[in-house]
Amino acid sequence: MSEVVGTHSPARAVAQVGRLRGWVRNPWAKARFLWVIALAYVGWTLLPVAIAVLFSFNAGRSLSAWQGFSTRWYIGDVNSVWENSELRAALAHTFLLSGLVMAIAVPIGTAFAIALSRWRGRVAKTTNFFVLFAFVTPELALAIALFLFFTNLIDAVGVGTGAQVLGLSVFELAYPVIIVRARLISLGTQYEEAAMDLGASAVGALRRVTLPLLTPAILASFAIMFASTIDNFIITRQLSIDASTQTIAIKIYSSARTGPLPSLNALASITLVSSTLAIGLAAYAYRRLSRSDPGRATPAVPPTVGV
Amino acid sequence: MWYPRWFWPTFATPAVFWVAAFFVVPFYVILSVAFGGLDPIFLSAVPRYNPVNWNFAAFSDVVGELFTSGSVVQTTFVRTVAYVAVATGLCLAIGYPVAYFIARHAGRFKTAFLIALLAPFWISYMMRMLAWTNLLQPSGYVNRVLEGLGVLAEPRLWLEGKPSTVILGLAYGYIPYMILPLYAALDRIDRSTLEAARDLGAGQISTLVRVTLPQSRQAIIAGTVIVTLPMAGDFYTQDLLSAQRGTAMLGNVIDNSIQSSLVQEGASLVLILLLVLLVPMLFYLRSTTRATEGVR
Repeated sequence: MSEVVGTHSPARAVAQVGRLRGWVRNPWAKARFLWVIALAYVGWTLLPVAIAVLFSFNAGRSLSAWQGFSTRWYIGDVNSVWENSELRAALAHTFLLSGLVMAIAVPIGTAFAIALSRWRGRVAKTTNFFVLFAFVTPELALAIALFLFFTNLIDAVGVGTGAQVLGLSVFELAYPVIIVRARLISLGTQYEEAAMDLGASAVGALRRVTLPLLTPAILASFAIMFASTIDNFIITRQLSIDASTQTIAIKIYSSARTGPLPSLNALASITLVSSTLAIGLAAYAYRRLSRSDPGRATPAVPPTVGV
Repeated sequence: MWYPRWFWPTFATPAVFWVAAFFVVPFYVILSVAFGGLDPIFLSAVPRYNPVNWNFAAFSDVVGELFTSGSVVQTTFVRTVAYVAVATGLCLAIGYPVAYFIARHAGRFKTAFLIALLAPFWISYMMRMLAWTNLLQPSGYVNRVLEGLGVLAEPRLWLEGKPSTVILGLAYGYIPYMILPLYAALDRIDRSTLEAARDLGAGQISTLVRVTLPQSRQAIIAGTVIVTLPMAGDFYTQDLLSAQRGTAMLGNVIDNSIQSSLVQEGASLVLILLLVLLVPMLFYLRSTTRATEGVR
């Protein structure tokens, strides 16, 4: 905001003091009032999380009194994320699940999005309906359906890592389907047609023209799915069998109210940093890759397709 | 085009199989458990997969409880509706001005505000709740600040069964899902319609009520549905911010019955939840499909 004191020119300082006075006199003038609400909102959403991250660096055991900076809750304490076997196992299991789910759901979802944009059969439409339906169903209902499925119908699989991966993959399928499909719709079919006019086979056109054009959308799907799976709680917990299949979210849920140590905040902060990095990298890659993008509405340069 | 007929369907096959096996069949299992039988000795649920043998006694017991005044199911159901309604109202009351501000007045700070809007989407929900359980402890910052300001004389036990804490927690958790569609709609409003309203003599408020609000009505409905659906099935917010019987929500009753092996009751309650939410779910589905295809 412009109320920052400490400007270079005295004239500007005077102007700002004047503005500040006007603001005090009438804080209800339209935009100022909205400024206050919006800033309060941002503070309300982000400040608690920032404080939680800060306390993961607390030198003491308290989560409400700052006792100096230390990284002991990450590494170097028996209860740190690195040395406490339970916390480390939760961290490892979280990333394992997320990796396996991405490896399954992104390819299946991408292939389905491609099929959906080119083949409008009834089976495809019904499946698409269910993919989106799985996404809007309250997660608790889906989690319990999967739990009963894995404990009754195919109890040979049972709950555990396998069930967690399969269950999450069907829930997360919607991301690549929506993202890749939106991209396919905006690209149209002309690039593929051009490739095939120039002699490419159906598979060749797909591999050498369509897939490269889809790369940004596929990357975005990976990033969003990564952030979403490492944070997933309901399905992961319902399909977890014992301590070995607990993830970070489950750990937070089960110990947040029972005298937690800052190592729990450290664990949470690690997921926060990982998903922020994933989303940031994907956003950067998306912009780089689609800079000279033929799929844009108004391409700066006439698109050229090299077959 | 000259693709072989099998070409595109092949790409869909894995997804078709996946969705059938891990979505459609599991929901059929819910029906089979809810309408199934009980083992006479262990009293565990025995699913019946053949609809001919379905037995609706257990399900109608649960439905009956829903209509019995004073029963746990009914009390919880009413409480859930009330919490969700108030929390959704809060989301709208806070979210609309914020979205309006970012769409119209944020100027060069727009990107920064948008990042702040999007951040909660990749910050784990559990972490956001953990942050509040830290702040709301008896010796936490919320009590210390309020005592320092003289608002509170002694620490308030925020985390001990306070409905206000649970409702604010729900609003805090889901408000980003409300703001985003609101922002998208408000940002899309053609400014010339606002100028036209002003030229025709409408004041600030009348422009808001008669031009801006009607053009964002769809987004208000969409945002309401988007936050209502997960709130209705939420149990962990209550568990983390209160964990007491007096603030239990429908999700807690469902979760408790599944965790304590009352599987049939849990399955029946899930069916009831889905029946209640079916209309908003289908609405959300329709608007998602439209939005995806509307890119065209």
